[in-house]
Amino acid sequence: MSSEPEFEIRDLDVAYTASDGPLLEVRDLRVEYATAGGLVRAVDGVDMKVHKGEFVAVVGESGCGKSTLLFAIARLLSPSAVITGGSVAFRGQNLVTMTDKELNALRWRDYSVVMQSAMNALNPVTTIGAQFKDSIEAHAKWSVAQTAQRCVEVMKLVGIDPIHLNSYPHQLSGGMRQRAMIAMALLFTPDLVIMDEPTSGLDVVAQRLLMVQIKELQQKLGFAVIFVTHDMSLVSHFSDQLLVMYAGQVVEIGPTRAVFDSPSHPYSRGLLDAFPSIRGPRVELTGIAGSPPDLSNPPDGCRFHPRCAFAMAACFTEPPPLYRVGPALSRCHLNAHEPAELPGVPREHPGIAETMRT
Amino acid sequence: MRYVVRRLGFFALTLWVALTLNFFIPRFMPGNPLDALRARTHDRLSPAALEQMLTSYGFKPHQNIFVQYLEYLRNMFTGHWGISIGATLGEPVSTIVWQALPWTLGLVGVTTVLAFLLGSLIGVVAAWRRGGRLDSVLPPVFVVTSALPYFWVGLMLILVFSVWTHGWLPSDFNYDPDLLPEFSLGFIENVLKHAVLPAATILIASIGAWILTMRNNMITTLAEDYVRMGRAKGLSNSRIMTDYAARNAMLPNLSGFAMSLGFVITGSILVEYVFNYPGLGYQLYNAVQNTDYPLMQALFMLFTVAVLVALLVCDFAIAWLDPRVRATGSR
Amino acid sequence: MTGLLVDTSGRAATRRRGSGLTAAIRRSRKAQVGLVILLVFCIVAVVPGLFTSVRHPNALQFTPRLGPSGEHWLGTTSLGQDIWAQLVYGTRQSLVIAVVAGLFATVLSVLVGVTAAYLGGLPDDVLSMITSVFLVIPTFPLIIIFATYAGKSTLIVVLIVLVVTGWSYGANQMRAQMLSLRNREFLESARVRGERRTYIIFAEALPTMTSLIVAIFLGAALYSLLTAAGLQFIGLGDPDSSSWGTMLYWSESQSALQTGMPLWSIAPGLCVALLGVSFALINYAFDEISNPALRPVRRRHVKRARVRNT
Repeated sequence: MSSEPEFEIRDLDVAYTASDGPLLEVRDLRVEYATAGGLVRAVDGVDMKVHKGEFVAVVGESGCGKSTLLFAIARLLSPSAVITGGSVAFRGQNLVTMTDKELNALRWRDYSVVMQSAMNALNPVTTIGAQFKDSIEAHAKWSVAQTAQRCVEVMKLVGIDPIHLNSYPHQLSGGMRQRAMIAMALLFTPDLVIMDEPTSGLDVVAQRLLMVQIKELQQKLGFAVIFVTHDMSLVSHFSDQLLVMYAGQVVEIGPTRAVFDSPSHPYSRGLLDAFPSIRGPRVELTGIAGSPPDLSNPPDGCRFHPRCAFAMAACFTEPPPLYRVGPALSRCHLNAHEPAELPGVPREHPGIAETMRT
Repeated sequence: MRYVVRRLGFFALTLWVALTLNFFIPRFMPGNPLDALRARTHDRLSPAALEQMLTSYGFKPHQNIFVQYLEYLRNMFTGHWGISIGATLGEPVSTIVWQALPWTLGLVGVTTVLAFLLGSLIGVVAAWRRGGRLDSVLPPVFVVTSALPYFWVGLMLILVFSVWTHGWLPSDFNYDPDLLPEFSLGFIENVLKHAVLPAATILIASIGAWILTMRNNMITTLAEDYVRMGRAKGLSNSRIMTDYAARNAMLPNLSGFAMSLGFVITGSILVEYVFNYPGLGYQLYNAVQNTDYPLMQALFMLFTVAVLVALLVCDFAIAWLDPRVRATGSR
Repeated sequence: MTGLLVDTSGRAATRRRGSGLTAAIRRSRKAQVGLVILLVFCIVAVVPGLFTSVRHPNALQFTPRLGPSGEHWLGTTSLGQDIWAQLVYGTRQSLVIAVVAGLFATVLSVLVGVTAAYLGGLPDDVLSMITSVFLVIPTFPLIIIFATYAGKSTLIVVLIVLVVTGWSYGANQMRAQMLSLRNREFLESARVRGERRTYIIFAEALPTMTSLIVAIFLGAALYSLLTAAGLQFIGLGDPDSSSWGTMLYWSESQSALQTGMPLWSIAPGLCVALLGVSFALINYAFDEISNPALRPVRRRHVKRARVRNT
């Protein structure tokens, strides 16, 4: 075997030694884009922190801004969307103010991206191997042998026969394509992998397998993950931190156990109730009445109040800040005097975690 | 492989249809073209020549029509295209055709391909620099040029560069009539000079469409996820533009080119007419004016073959570029 | 002539039955310009008498070879006809040819394309083959040959020939669009409801494809306009008719450019160009409307907040 490529499997303690600071810190991020109807604030003042090796899940309905948030962090917004405020500090450096050149130095080596729907995210006219090589050549000067060796390594890592490096995307199955994308994201074993609904389009069984695999890889290689999805139950077993978004804002954020087992925000509660457990007692299926607000003209006060069963007078006029509820934060006036238990039926059925453990 | 077979099959079918049309149209039209033929050549051709002409034309009234048809097909394929009965009375059609062919290939062929490539390139760059000043000016201008009639552009160019400048650029023929064709620099220069205006006409009239379609394709492609992925991977702009965007955007453009070949032929015929450029189109016009049926038939077959060949080339280019086509045999 | 090639691949069928269309048209400057030009020509075609006092534009009634003047705005031809009058009266025929041929060709395109896509299987293969063959056969030579054999070509012959040669491009596009629509939910639900096939096609599927159908019509109209002009220009039209193409034929045969009467050539050609441009502009604007990615990107003037380093 030729000389080792210059990276190594990161030792959790050795990488990123900026003392106890978080790997990624987002402060008051705002993203706007212009539509025919006016200026839309897709992301409105989001704060979040991601630590080394942490799995952070970002959950919300379609249109809540979670994908926009993701792309803003990765500086991949389309030209019509602009970051209008806030900062994204990656290892202390602010990504928002960086030039393309500076960003390119970081891209893929230090953080990478896995997108939804690998069929669309992989170039249809070049082979998988060629697309791997692209990224390698853009950031490192390895020999041909080293490049080939690494490509084979990452394919094996995700469990795909390396012969498929010569295949075109359309020749692989959906699940294989997603895994190939993940393999590509791991070429340089970055510190952070950002994933945008990587399991959408797969059947339930394949979803589960993929999640397990991602978690295993994460534990083996030590990278942090920001995982965006609309399916809260999917990530509850795997994530360390859970962040619920609504209408461009964070409405609840905290350790997964806290948020998932006892959600403090009515919206989070509603999301959870929308995914019944497979086992456990039969519960009546509830959705959340109404639809997400028009972001060019959001409601006054709390943005969720038109759909909230527990709305009080204050909710109509005062936008709630993030209140502390135990280890979590919740943007709900109900939590103004903490800790508040949401009125109504307490969660009885076992968490999805229990069901998935079997 | 399946793809190749399919396309060749299509080629054969279309050619056959064109030839059959060519054979049957005169037979179903009112009037008897044969009489006109005889009248035209009355006393001017020997009986033997008349006979040969009729043979090539496939018109043997005393023969079974199916047999006539087969003979006609055979003649077309073996190059027995008969004798011209138009202004160039008595000359073998094949001679006329082979003389005219290189001029059309040179002028129309080269210019069309050039317009396509150049137009695509400009389209790619325009799409890449969206929102810039170039991009806001480009589309309206080229929407206008793409709708201009070929022949009118030619006339205007003649007016401006030939008439108003008192003959600075020639407006007729492919080289000065008093020169003899030879491989000298002077002759070549003369040929080029005569080709400037016709080539410019084709270029101006056709490039607009290529620019616009390529630009639109590019813009649609640039919005695709895999382009965003390219950015995410930190690839250089030129890399993304070529390997990721242009390579994909080119595909519908190529098939568009293939489909537009019919219009290219139309335009080329008109341009040759306007400039009296002795290519195939010009010959067709003459044939029509002089009711030169044998020449018309041969030319029509040639045009069809030309379009089909170009189509095949495009198809193979697409198959080469797009692995999905290679796999399924179709798009 | 290749203005036909405006890309319609991005023209996704919209569920809304053209509701936002009029508003969108009003917003696009290209569409406005195109529509205005078209409207002007339509008015001239309908009431030519309003625009010129001459009643018989082809009659040789004036002094030949006059330059532009107050009496003859564009001068006269070498045969003694008022150029402006000819231009005005010629509008009708050119417009009629373009619209009528375009319309019939579109109808044919839609019928063939939709049927092929909806029926699938062998009928689809056969129809597609026919479409492709017609698409590829060089139509202009075919038209020329056809027109020659048919003797002096009347308007009807020209129209027939234009329709027969012009429908295939649109048919391909309709078929492609229909294929992508075939399995959409709203059609599926109509099938499940037990609706008849023809109902599904005409009442459910077609309305969502109005944008594409309009594009095909505009393309066919442009094609017909330019091809008819070309035919007339080389003398295969009716030389006694009054249309722009015929004007060009006469001006060319009288060597207008070389003998100091350029207006005789410039004017009708310019009109053909203008009308064609109006079709192309409207078509292009439609593209932008139905494919949001193509809309003009205005420079964003959103203030980038001064970001503080953490």
